[in-house]
Amino acid sequence: MPEQDVCDLPGIVARWHRDPANLVQILRDIQEACGTIPSDTIDRLAALLDVPRVRIESTASFYAFFRAESHGAYEILFSDNVIDRMAGKETLKQYFCERLWLEPRKLSEDGLVYVDDTADIGLADQAPALLVNGYAIPSLDQARLDLVAELIRAKKPLAEWPPMLFEVPDNVRKPGPLTGEAFAPGAALRALIARGAEATLADVDLANLRGRGGAGFKTATKWASCRKAEGESHYVVCNADEGEPGTFKDRVLLASHADLVFEGMTVCARVIGARQGLLYLRGEYRNLLEKLKSVLARRRDAGLLGQNILGEQGFDFDIEIHLGAGAYICGEESALIESLEGKPGKPRNRPPFPDRCGYRNQPTVVNNVETFASAAKIAERGGAWFAAMGTPQSAGTKLVSISGDCRRPGVYEVPFGVTVRQILIDCGAEDAHAVQVSGPSGTCISFREFDRRIAFEDLATAGAFMVFSRERDMFEVARNFTHFFAHESCGFCTPCRVGTTLLKNTMDKLAAGKGSAYDMNEMKHIMHILRGMAHCGLGHTAANPVVQTMEKFPDAYERRLKRLDFEPAFDLDGALATARLITGRDDEWAHLANE
Amino acid sequence: MSKTFTLDGKVIPFEEGETIMEAATAAGVYIPHLCHHPEFKPHGSCKLCTVSIGGRLGAACTNRAEEGMKVESETEALNADRRSLVQMLFVEGNHVCPSCEKSGNCQLQAVGYHLGMLTPHFPHFYPARDVDASHPDMLLERNRCILCELCVRASRDVDGKNVFGIGGRGIRARLIVNAATGRLADTDFSVTDRAAEVCPTGAIIRKRYGFTVPIGKRLYDRHSIAELPPLPAKRGEGRGEG
Repeated sequence: MPEQDVCDLPGIVARWHRDPANLVQILRDIQEACGTIPSDTIDRLAALLDVPRVRIESTASFYAFFRAESHGAYEILFSDNVIDRMAGKETLKQYFCERLWLEPRKLSEDGLVYVDDTADIGLADQAPALLVNGYAIPSLDQARLDLVAELIRAKKPLAEWPPMLFEVPDNVRKPGPLTGEAFAPGAALRALIARGAEATLADVDLANLRGRGGAGFKTATKWASCRKAEGESHYVVCNADEGEPGTFKDRVLLASHADLVFEGMTVCARVIGARQGLLYLRGEYRNLLEKLKSVLARRRDAGLLGQNILGEQGFDFDIEIHLGAGAYICGEESALIESLEGKPGKPRNRPPFPDRCGYRNQPTVVNNVETFASAAKIAERGGAWFAAMGTPQSAGTKLVSISGDCRRPGVYEVPFGVTVRQILIDCGAEDAHAVQVSGPSGTCISFREFDRRIAFEDLATAGAFMVFSRERDMFEVARNFTHFFAHESCGFCTPCRVGTTLLKNTMDKLAAGKGSAYDMNEMKHIMHILRGMAHCGLGHTAANPVVQTMEKFPDAYERRLKRLDFEPAFDLDGALATARLITGRDDEWAHLANE
Repeated sequence: MSKTFTLDGKVIPFEEGETIMEAATAAGVYIPHLCHHPEFKPHGSCKLCTVSIGGRLGAACTNRAEEGMKVESETEALNADRRSLVQMLFVEGNHVCPSCEKSGNCQLQAVGYHLGMLTPHFPHFYPARDVDASHPDMLLERNRCILCELCVRASRDVDGKNVFGIGGRGIRARLIVNAATGRLADTDFSVTDRAAEVCPTGAIIRKRYGFTVPIGKRLYDRHSIAELPPLPAKRGEGRGEG
């Protein structure tokens, strides 16, 4: 069937108000309808939106989930965080491919199915996991993969697959004020209206709420600055692009506490004077979309969104959900805004910061999911209540996503200031040897540092907490992360575009047993360049996993070094491979010693 | 009296809103750069112009000058890091100066010389990149592209054509053109476009003019990139272009 027949392009474009700023959403809808984004569709889209074709192609080729060639009726993407690997992902993927007689990264001969890897999909507590046509299936084992293979062979449409395959439990192991208390929708808004916007802002300030995305910028300062900034309109953006490998706490907040999140956004809207909000949901959380839309609809019906919220004249605010398309960098707030505007997710030059010049170059507050949820609780229960939890510099609670070598992986809501050791006891990780706090871009700590605390003044975290036991090879952990960063670098600036690939190649060289002390120094040098010169946080932190594991687990590296001085990257014998193929020779004289 | 800041100890006057790069250029001080061009909106991607601004590193082309700030640029450490960046640009592409028509007029080569780059240092990536010779007057040699986006900006902001864009991401980022076929000949690109003469390397180059000036007598054969007067904003007189 020609794709024109299945993809209602004018309809999709009209649904997104013919606005090129919604290009990422338009491309998502095209791909959901057609399976691909073909070249002639881009031409027709360029005409419909009246933008140059090259602009659409730039965006379409930037995001991992957009593709020009068909991946068949079923696209299977295995989550490839090191946690998935530890849970047997490689073996299971191989098993699955054998069952269906196919090779990864190659469309099956009948054009039915395609298998590949993707970056962490936010299910590290239920690893290994996969995405089928964008929908997550957690807790993979042979039996579940047998079922998936059968359904594919029977060509069953995804809508008819057993729902139990797609069930994702929250795994909240230690509830707290955000995850454990009942919240009556509207409670925070009523308190806000009773107290007024200014007093509510003062409460957020008193609460000492700091951004939960990891950076820890004071929320009240951001809101106050945006409130003061002049513009045609103000916007509230919720960053739900939870892409840091090992993090999944926003998944839980959105799945089970969406009212809290939306209410926090609405509180913010009242404070800064915004009429529109956007929730940027990572593409990997596609399965949450319908549920979130229904929560929004319910809130509109209840007068908690829309015109004159709770009868308050002029309190108008509504929220639209945008889906990402497979780009970790969009978790960076200015890249997220670029993506919301239909462009490749490349971080902007700053200043100006979004509070003055954000979405559509208007004053915009961008906060993490958990920050908005906390803000709603603060509006409801007051700043003093919140500030009483945690430490003086890090008030409140923190949702920690625990995965890896422990008996009870899941979400733990802990007061700030808790020690790593306490968390390890809580989650049943007696054998822990190392913890990656806040994901690859965060901090790797060894067993010697387990008395350190989760707090902005010690171990700042966006929420990931990956536990590694004595048996784990910390070199392989770091190598997995270098592959991740090389894959996710946006390519805008020289140091990150080239440096992340240099790091990846060097780690692969070491893994192949061809490394030397020279390579270790080279990686430190690349880290120095990245930290000083990269354009954004991704680049600044991309070498952290390597340099930190090198420092804390030197044995993992040293036993791989071939020589302690120098080893050439150039493989003499490998260079002759093509010549051997052409001449059909493979005798002794067709080989060169690399020694 | 206008405001001033210091650059390597030298007092530099500036107008409100000017970047460090703009003020330095106006004062005749060279800060190494590749993606910057005074005619176009600052881009900040090559990071070669990274300077120390009161101890914090930032790109001179995108950071605004501020009264009294202390900027350092010509330090041994910064130039060593810049050299690494140029080396990164060399190994991620396929740059073969001895056989390149742009040799001697190439800013990448000239800045490499200026920074004392003697080897590429890092292992080459040897990427497979497309050469597009379809256009009657212009050659698109992607092996030499450093993704500075000057052609993208020139075509969009000056020519009003949008001939160029960047496709892909990360190390797979590449220069793409505004045609379904992907061929330059199928765009409305013209040899008289501003975008035709703005490439700092030999990635976008005019056909049949490659060797009209012999190697050895070209711009950067005679002058270091640092000692030349600032780029004139007027078109057609650009140094090291075309």
